[in-house]
Amino acid sequence: MKRLLQLLERDAHLTTKQLAVMLDRTEQEVTEEIAQFEKDGIIKGYKAVVDWEQADHHYVEALIELKVTPKADRGFEEIAAKIAEFSEVKSVFLMSGGFDLAVNVVGKTFQDVAMFVAYKLAVVDSVLSTATHFILKRYKYDNISFAAEEKDERRFPSL
Amino acid sequence: MMDYQKLLSKRITGLKPSGIRRFFDLAGEMEGVISLGVGEPDFKTPWIIRRAGIRSLEDSKTWYTANAGLQELKDEIGEYLSRRFCLEYDRKDEIVVTVGGSEAIDIAIRAFVEEGDEVLIPEPSFVCYHPITVLSGGVPVPIETKEEDEFRLTPQELQDKITKRTKLLVLPFPNNPTGAVMRREDLEAIAEVLRDTNIMVLSDEIYGELTYGGERHVSIAEIDGMQERTILVGGFSKAFAMTGWRLGYACAPKQVMAQMLKIHQYAIMCAPTTSQYAAVKALRDCEENVAQMREEYDMRRRLIVDGFNSLGLHCFEPRGAFYIFPCIKSTGLSSEEFCERLLYSQKVAVVPGNAFGESGEGYVRVSYSYSLSHIQEALKRIESFLTTLK
Repeated sequence: MKRLLQLLERDAHLTTKQLAVMLDRTEQEVTEEIAQFEKDGIIKGYKAVVDWEQADHHYVEALIELKVTPKADRGFEEIAAKIAEFSEVKSVFLMSGGFDLAVNVVGKTFQDVAMFVAYKLAVVDSVLSTATHFILKRYKYDNISFAAEEKDERRFPSL
Repeated sequence: MMDYQKLLSKRITGLKPSGIRRFFDLAGEMEGVISLGVGEPDFKTPWIIRRAGIRSLEDSKTWYTANAGLQELKDEIGEYLSRRFCLEYDRKDEIVVTVGGSEAIDIAIRAFVEEGDEVLIPEPSFVCYHPITVLSGGVPVPIETKEEDEFRLTPQELQDKITKRTKLLVLPFPNNPTGAVMRREDLEAIAEVLRDTNIMVLSDEIYGELTYGGERHVSIAEIDGMQERTILVGGFSKAFAMTGWRLGYACAPKQVMAQMLKIHQYAIMCAPTTSQYAAVKALRDCEENVAQMREEYDMRRRLIVDGFNSLGLHCFEPRGAFYIFPCIKSTGLSSEEFCERLLYSQKVAVVPGNAFGESGEGYVRVSYSYSLSHIQEALKRIESFLTTLK
């Protein structure tokens, strides 16, 4: 089960047949197991990892540290859900350490993101403070290298 | 004008260059070639091993080691062989650290083979046994292994090739290029043939950590009465992805090792010191890394075997190393033709099977020490190639 998830996480493009062959299982077993993962919400979705910078689109992303006041009986859940609703927000994490929530925000320009933080995020009830860090360059994301493609340097066959 | 041809040793000039090399030179001149040709891991040496090498340099451990290698490393090799195969070697006098498995093979053959001695070499197999035998004045005697026997050496074929002059049997398993393995019962049968003879076994177990399907590699030295007639060759290149470090070892009975060590002393002095320190770390702390790489190879192996079989190029299921050896006879092409045409038309490089001995004709060696996506792309191209043949 773990290996199937690991393979899909690495490349969701692999067909059930290929997965079955690699894992020494039947295609039907694999199909059923994937369906179950999807049903149980263990697999949340499938998508492409895009390097927008290279696609030459305007793309700005920031990591925002939020300090918030948790609600008496609902902890951070309510505020986290509220923030997650914004379409500009790409991810929300509850953090240990110096702040409470880490929020990834995406916009077309720096201005976009800054305005979002100032007018939408900072004013949410129970947000105490924000600290915005713009992401300048991605080197690796979701296990995929964004740096120049690594060359196979094995040019010399042993014999 | 120097007449080099006259000056140079006939034994050397008479050697054929490796068929693997020739093919790579061809591929090297072309753009956009994707290779399934190399015989080394695509993984990087695990970081903690590299770190150990760097640390040894920072600590100025840049001197020669003892000829036979760092005692610390020989202890680890002894420990590994003991825990893995229940083999006990004297860690002082029966182990030598060499420059790759290659040097271990070289000094083993040279220590035994004299003018006219016969060396039995199961084929297809790695290309070095034959020339080294010739350089020692020996006579290589190929033993053909067949697909119907899963490319294993059978006791009957062995028996048939033994003569009064037979001195050495090379046992190259897990096998490059076929991926064949010898199981315990197969080795028992071979041992049975050898027990009453004076034939030594050179067991090249460089791929010993890379076997698949639950069964782990068995060394012939484990079989009753065989340790005393076996020179065991192992190394770090394949299991730990350390090809460039050039480090291997040989283990043999004391009297044999004393002689092998003389050749090593005079020719090499000692294996690279940095590599030896790194290797200590490899044997101590990297079992998990090796297991991960093995698991990854195994998935690729299944994928590529299935891929070739689906393309109609029959492929027996290899249980070791990181090669498959599909049969290409159905295309009507020779191994060389197949490889050349595949290279020129689809820019995929594989190695003709006959580079590993005549019995490899009709097959090609395909390496799966490549990423899944690389393997999938190569399979697509091979599929296109096959449709152009129809």
